[in-house]
Amino acid sequence: MSAARRHIEQYGGSAAAALRVVALVRRHAYLLLKSWPRLLGMAYYPTVTMVLWAFVTIYLAPSSNVLKDAPGLFIGAVLLWDVLFRGQLGVSLTLVEELYSRNLGNLFVSPLTLPEYIAGQLVMSLLRTLIGVGGACLCAWLLFRYSIFTLGFPLIAFFANLLVFGWAIGLAVSGMLLRVGLGAEELAWAAIFLVAPVSGVYYPIGVLPGWLQAIAYLLPSAHVFEGMRAVLLAGTFPWHHFWSAAALNVGYLALGAALFALAVRHAREHGALLQMGE
Amino acid sequence: MLTAIVVSDLRKTYDAVEAVRGISFAVRAGTTTALLGGNGAGKTTTLSMLLGVLTPTAGQITVLGEDMLRHRHRVLPRINFTSPYVDLPKRLTVGENLRVFADLYGVRRAPARIAAVAAECDLTALLARAYGGLSAGQRTRVSLAKALLNEPDVLLLDEPTASLDPDIGDRMRTYLEQYQRRTGCTMLLASHNMGEVERMCDDVIMLRAGRVVDQGSPQELLARYGREDMEQVFLDVARGRDAALRDEPAAGAGADGVAL
Repeated sequence: MSAARRHIEQYGGSAAAALRVVALVRRHAYLLLKSWPRLLGMAYYPTVTMVLWAFVTIYLAPSSNVLKDAPGLFIGAVLLWDVLFRGQLGVSLTLVEELYSRNLGNLFVSPLTLPEYIAGQLVMSLLRTLIGVGGACLCAWLLFRYSIFTLGFPLIAFFANLLVFGWAIGLAVSGMLLRVGLGAEELAWAAIFLVAPVSGVYYPIGVLPGWLQAIAYLLPSAHVFEGMRAVLLAGTFPWHHFWSAAALNVGYLALGAALFALAVRHAREHGALLQMGE
Repeated sequence: MLTAIVVSDLRKTYDAVEAVRGISFAVRAGTTTALLGGNGAGKTTTLSMLLGVLTPTAGQITVLGEDMLRHRHRVLPRINFTSPYVDLPKRLTVGENLRVFADLYGVRRAPARIAAVAAECDLTALLARAYGGLSAGQRTRVSLAKALLNEPDVLLLDEPTASLDPDIGDRMRTYLEQYQRRTGCTMLLASHNMGEVERMCDDVIMLRAGRVVDQGSPQELLARYGREDMEQVFLDVARGRDAALRDEPAAGAGADGVAL
């Protein structure tokens, strides 16, 4: 028991929990908003890739019936791919920043709970994705008069499914970073490319060998990109792909969160939370 | 007197290494207690387990009446700590760092509280400066300010004045003493500064090789070991001479009296 005499007031309950998530977002927003190179860097890669594929489209369109029917196929694909990439990166880099700062110990001895920490990671991922992909979308419209918003409602469905899949991979990568340390930082940048060939970003899943198609359809991203092509080429929204992606995402997100939670538990058992850093 | 911290048969084993070997102690509420011991004695490991960032292999920890292993989130808003093993984000300003932690600890009217703590820790002029651009001593003061934001009932201090010059170190000790008188806070301090221990601490827990080898007030320990100051007592314990001086077999010491 305590003999303390308190003079300050503290929030409690859900208000305190919400404030802790805001605190984590605030910590990373301070970092982002005061650094124009960081902000520019987030939009740089998606914009350059988008420009590249826009010129590929211009080059191939005269000889391609597919591109004649859907000139925005590649640009839409590259922008949506970047939702997945930025979504994953946004989660993983939030942890990388803490490791470089040696701040993880401060966070985990504070009242911040693991679900609140994860919620903060996800909010930061959403913000990073909106900034990065939003910049590329703006450039696509300014340079090529292509607006991804012409996809309409399906865009929201694609965006949400890719973002959540990115979160799941980001949480799993975060768990790996906690287990291995900053030596595995490269994973934060490269992990997502493992799913690129089987996601059918720029080509239909049907071109893959049969056994690889079976694997591809276990990934929400494959359903999203198949769905995108159906919208652009056939003008229909394939609900079965949407529901398949959503159902798979529930499983992947739970798995990603569980892997991260296991890594935190392992770090607590081995004293890594106070010691991890550069 | 009420107890703020109760530790029972606490153990921590890393693979084959026993870092903490079944220690038990209690810290009276409103007092300052030192955890003393040489490098590797188990001080930081013990503090880490008290904070909930390190899972014990066995044992129990109760802080402010709550079981820390089961309900640490009930009590964490009323605890804080400083440690040289953690840092704050370097590209954030001092003010931004303090705001983040004020929010993490749910402090109401955070700007006013930050201004007050900054004034108390002589940081007002540094609030707009990037944390990474500060000297080691200034960073230590920021770390202490962070630890005081939530006006903790229990404050765990791992080498709190290690990087401070004698002047600033003395000011911080004075501030901590005043803070304790004002709030009734309980402090548990790991330090290698024996002058600091003699000045600030009501009780001392001596650790060696993961075991509690002695405890008592600084005055009791000085009398028991027949020494003039705590530095000599520390050396007696660290070098395994405590058992001979107390006429007991040495805990955690080899047959030749050398600490294991």
